[in-house]
Amino acid sequence: MSDVVEKTLTALPSLLSLDSQPGSAKLSTNSKLGSLIRGITELTSKHEEEKLIQRELSSIKEQVSSPNTTMRQMKELMVRTIYCEMLGYEATFSYIHAIKLAQQGNVLEKRVGYLAVSLFLNESHELLLLLVNTVLKDLQSTNLIEVCMALTVVSQMFPKDMIPAILPLVEEKLNHSKEIIRRKAVLALYKFYLIAPNQVQHIHNRFRKALCDKDPGVMSASLHIYLQLIQENPESYKDLTASFVTILKQVVAGKLPMDFNYHSVPAPWLQIQLLRILSLLGKSDQSTSEVMYEILDESLRRAEMNHNITYAILYECVKCIYTIHPKSELLEKAAKVIGNFVLSQRINLKYLGLKALTYVVHQDPRLALQHQMTIIECLDHPDVIIKRETLELLFRITNDQNVTVIVEKMLDFMSINKEDHTTADLVGKVAELAEKYAPDNEWFVETMNTVFSVGGDTLQPDIPNSFLKLLSEGFDDEEENKKLRLFAVNSYISLLQGEPSKLPQRFLQAICWVLGEYSHLREDVEPDLVLRLLVKLLNIKSTSSETKSWILMAMTKLCSGGAPLSVPLEVSETYSSSMDTMLRQRAQELQYLSQNPELQARVLPRGVSQEPMEVDSSLSFLDGFVSEALAAGAAPYKPPHQRQEELSRSKALSLEPYGLSLPISMSSCSIADRQSPTLLSVSSGLSGDRTDHSHKGGSTTLKLDGVRRVWGKEGYLAQRESAEETAPVEAPSPLQPLVQQGDGDASYSQTPTPIPECEQEKQQLASSLFVGLASQSSVCLMGKSEQTSQRFRRKLKDPAASFPSSTQNPLVSPPSSVGHLLLDSSISSDLISSPEQTHLSSVDLTVANGEVELPDRDMKGIKSTLLREDSALAAGSSPHEELDRPKDSCLTSHLPAELSGLPHSEITPLCTSPSLDLSSCHVQKDDSLVLLVFMKSSSDYDIQQIQVQVTCEELEVSCVCDSPVEELKSHGVVVCQYFLTVKSPSVYFVLSGMMSHQIPDNSLQETQFSHRIPLTSFLRPLRLSTEEYGTMWLAFSHDTKQNLPLMMDAEEPLTATLKVLKDKLQLHVVEIIGNEGIVACCLRQDQPCLLHCRVHAGMLAVWLRSPIPELPDCLLYHCQRALQES
Amino acid sequence: MLISSLFMRMSLTTHSFLSSFHSHLCFVISSFQMQFMLLFSRQGKLRLQKWYVPLSDKEKKKITRELVQTVLARKPKMCSFLEWRDLKIVYKRYASLYFCCATEGQDNELITLEIIHRYVELLDKYFGSVCELDIIFNFEKAYFILDEFLLGGEAQETSKKNVLKAIEQADLLQENIDFQTSLFAGTVYETPDSTCSFSSVALDCRLANNTKTGRNNTPTTS
Repeated sequence: MSDVVEKTLTALPSLLSLDSQPGSAKLSTNSKLGSLIRGITELTSKHEEEKLIQRELSSIKEQVSSPNTTMRQMKELMVRTIYCEMLGYEATFSYIHAIKLAQQGNVLEKRVGYLAVSLFLNESHELLLLLVNTVLKDLQSTNLIEVCMALTVVSQMFPKDMIPAILPLVEEKLNHSKEIIRRKAVLALYKFYLIAPNQVQHIHNRFRKALCDKDPGVMSASLHIYLQLIQENPESYKDLTASFVTILKQVVAGKLPMDFNYHSVPAPWLQIQLLRILSLLGKSDQSTSEVMYEILDESLRRAEMNHNITYAILYECVKCIYTIHPKSELLEKAAKVIGNFVLSQRINLKYLGLKALTYVVHQDPRLALQHQMTIIECLDHPDVIIKRETLELLFRITNDQNVTVIVEKMLDFMSINKEDHTTADLVGKVAELAEKYAPDNEWFVETMNTVFSVGGDTLQPDIPNSFLKLLSEGFDDEEENKKLRLFAVNSYISLLQGEPSKLPQRFLQAICWVLGEYSHLREDVEPDLVLRLLVKLLNIKSTSSETKSWILMAMTKLCSGGAPLSVPLEVSETYSSSMDTMLRQRAQELQYLSQNPELQARVLPRGVSQEPMEVDSSLSFLDGFVSEALAAGAAPYKPPHQRQEELSRSKALSLEPYGLSLPISMSSCSIADRQSPTLLSVSSGLSGDRTDHSHKGGSTTLKLDGVRRVWGKEGYLAQRESAEETAPVEAPSPLQPLVQQGDGDASYSQTPTPIPECEQEKQQLASSLFVGLASQSSVCLMGKSEQTSQRFRRKLKDPAASFPSSTQNPLVSPPSSVGHLLLDSSISSDLISSPEQTHLSSVDLTVANGEVELPDRDMKGIKSTLLREDSALAAGSSPHEELDRPKDSCLTSHLPAELSGLPHSEITPLCTSPSLDLSSCHVQKDDSLVLLVFMKSSSDYDIQQIQVQVTCEELEVSCVCDSPVEELKSHGVVVCQYFLTVKSPSVYFVLSGMMSHQIPDNSLQETQFSHRIPLTSFLRPLRLSTEEYGTMWLAFSHDTKQNLPLMMDAEEPLTATLKVLKDKLQLHVVEIIGNEGIVACCLRQDQPCLLHCRVHAGMLAVWLRSPIPELPDCLLYHCQRALQES
Repeated sequence: MLISSLFMRMSLTTHSFLSSFHSHLCFVISSFQMQFMLLFSRQGKLRLQKWYVPLSDKEKKKITRELVQTVLARKPKMCSFLEWRDLKIVYKRYASLYFCCATEGQDNELITLEIIHRYVELLDKYFGSVCELDIIFNFEKAYFILDEFLLGGEAQETSKKNVLKAIEQADLLQENIDFQTSLFAGTVYETPDSTCSFSSVALDCRLANNTKTGRNNTPTTS
């Protein structure tokens, strides 16, 4: 304060004698910026300001484009433009001039030019390309300041694609003699690493050099990179732990130059960075953690000054101590620090204390118990931020005993909170808690009602979805299910009888669904009444058309009960001419179904528990219709993206007005696919993760989001003892709240003197909030899971159970799980660097997880088929294998004539039913893959109506003849052909199929099977010239880089390696020059993938690019396998 | 015709499978990087803005507007941290100026607060007891200092001496060139480190005087 006043006072005399001071002259009289700023300050209205600035900008515009303007004037103009932009007025015209200034000006004009560029443009701006040359020139300059400026702008923004152009120059700067240049080069490389990690992969060892730099500034800059690298892959940097510990030791001991001190704390930023790195390294790793105990203890001890900066370090220490493998002494000290934070009078520290408490409470619930009164006080804190953080903490300690109180607190907060983001977040949390710990039906439904009405339409869409799912799936007790549903119906009917127009749309949709499905449970209510309520809803103006289609759906379901038909007919008539196609469809359905009770009963069976439905996402049952339409001259279907592409290519008429209907139909149809829109909107962050845990049913009471439990033997024992100590104390009766509990903890002692009334209230609250906390911890530490306490536990569904008769055959496995795990393995193969390990782990995963329950024999079956499939390509040319298997060769004769000339894979059995054997093989055609399914009758009678359906999420499957095979003679063979094309690449494609046929006694038999095809079967060589390759390379955006083993024993390692790839994976080698080679392949003509291979340090550095996001990774996996096997 | 209704029912059963799949794929790497820094006056006028994440102008304006409102509405005794959307905002008021930084949720808020303070110290040292006017009239200098201190959202150089040395070297160059050109042009220019123009304080001193809270260069120690 005093400084400002003083300054203002000293300024006063100079005001009287205007311009008498030399310093004032430049800015006030001469500088145009000065006069602009003063001009703006004199104005009184926003409108005037706008006029003034527009005038200013147009004059600037005129001057910058005049050829007579010198760079010097340009610099001044640019400063003024920056000012105008800061005030929020656009000056796009000046961007190009900023670049020009950076290019042509002298050093300090350049400085302003670069500043303007960094303020005006962001890294995706196209003008930035024009800067590349300037940067390149300045990096080579002999003037240090120019080099600094170039490096500064590069570390702020640089076009990703142009990094290779300047990378060598930046790399070179790592050896520069000036530390400032080295430091900036390291930061520039850090930036490159963030935007394009692949491009700096080869210089990782140079970062190590930077870490060992004698200048502390360079060293601490390199820590940014290490923090990022270690976060992604802690395993490969464990060897550096000791170095980091040594650095931290030196820093803490004050060995750095004094300049790095901040308020006499040595290099606090450096310390914090190191602590973060250590916590990542020591996470669930005992031996690494042990290395750092000493220095953590030292850091805690040294940081005792009363200053923000020491608290910042302490906070980081505490976080680190609770993240790494625990040590009881350190934990104790850390707990004390947290205590100091929480009890601090300074609000910032209190906030941080609550945050730390939230972070550690799942490891140490006693700590929350210790500070319960503080927490209660924080709940009523005038600052919402503190309140919010407290709720976050309470959320973590919720159990089935305190859930009602905590949820109530959260709902209270929501009612005063105005901010959408917070509401959405809290609503999700309440919903999660309600689902997990609801004490009874009534409470659950009512809480969910509040969630829906408060959450409104900002609600994450997965909340109503999982609510409805819970209602429909129910729990194990059927009676209980019915009660819950009935209660929901009751509550919704009364809500609709009130003022439904105020309810948010999402809520209305959920209500409609529930009423449609379950209102029949309430016998005393006529369906007519519900129908009328729904019609009322339909007539409200604010009802969105999406909600209207839910309403119509509900009506359709209700009509089956023999309700009077007039209402639905009327409604359906009104809406069957609606402009909204979705509504029209629903209205049509309603009309049709309400008149046709039989069909109605089949389509919408009532009271059937939700069996997982098999959905034919390829819509193959429409094939007949399609082929008819095609025969009648209709155009073949093209997927939307292809249409879009063609449209943009041909510049045809815009189809704008129809644009909308497309996403709608997509959203309703593609649910079965993984790219479903619902999936993308899953609530982010912790709550999302946690729901998953709960779905798996095996979740533990304490929530372990983000951090894994790191209790080792030592900490575990200590904890259990203390838990037992407190065990008799907790669960206080309402009559004697908490006094006992307080006694249990030494640090929170209370005398049993009469307590003031408000205190008593607080204590009551405390006892209801913290009830069960300690007991919970003890239960958990004893190793029991919380199965009993979780009320709305989802039914555990054994994935295999939904596939009856699948156990007969080793090849049959739930397609979903296999698909999943394969994906897992492909992910893990990316993460694990050692190629050998990758191979092993992925095979293990596939086998172990795919078919755990199967006996050994079957496992072998899988393994061998795996291998066989891989060698499938070779199979065509290895006749001896077929000789070994006479059965196959007899099937080979059934190959369709047009395919018999093409290479085909080995024929493998798919499944067997008592009367039929299914086998399959695939044949490679130029444009697609044909799957042949051989059906061989093994029975003595004729089999009728055989139908085989094959589906796969990642493949487009089209069947040549979809009509069922009418009759199969005894011991005869029929062949079905399916054309497969790739929709989205995956390492393996798992086809799931279903075969049904009739046996003589007319009963229908169904058998399911699955079949795996590796990606390699879809690969085709892509023949290109080197020029074409070059243009395509630049156009593709998705890339992956990895080192593969090289065939060192061959004469020319590169050629030999590429030949192996060519032979095994059918890649096309475009050209080999020196130690580099380029290779191309494609799945379909529009799904290419390019490989760039380079021999580097005894490895083959492969760089893959493709327009399809998943393709490079999948292909890389197969390349790896191909090279390992050879 | 009935396909879509089937899908509607389907959606309820497939959901959890899908979401568990989703959680497999998205492993987000958290960053401690600063997202942006804003300096604005008590009147809500922006004095400096630095964005470390690429955003469109429209978004920037929206964020600035909302954030300035939120921060100005907070009372002096309140916590210096804010949760805003999914960002953590750390702000501090120095005289009439608010310094406001945004980081991702998991960062250590106290250290961000100290980054702000170090920046103020740097400004103070460079301008010689800095006030809002110095920053208004020499905002490009303030940017230069910021760029030497924070680069791409990360602390680049935490040594006060080194930062100022880098700035002074560039400034020195400016003086030389100014001197040379002035010889030819015959006009005398002021050296860049001349004190800020106080004649214009008249306009802004009411801002400073209205501000009853003073400069708070040293952190509160209780």
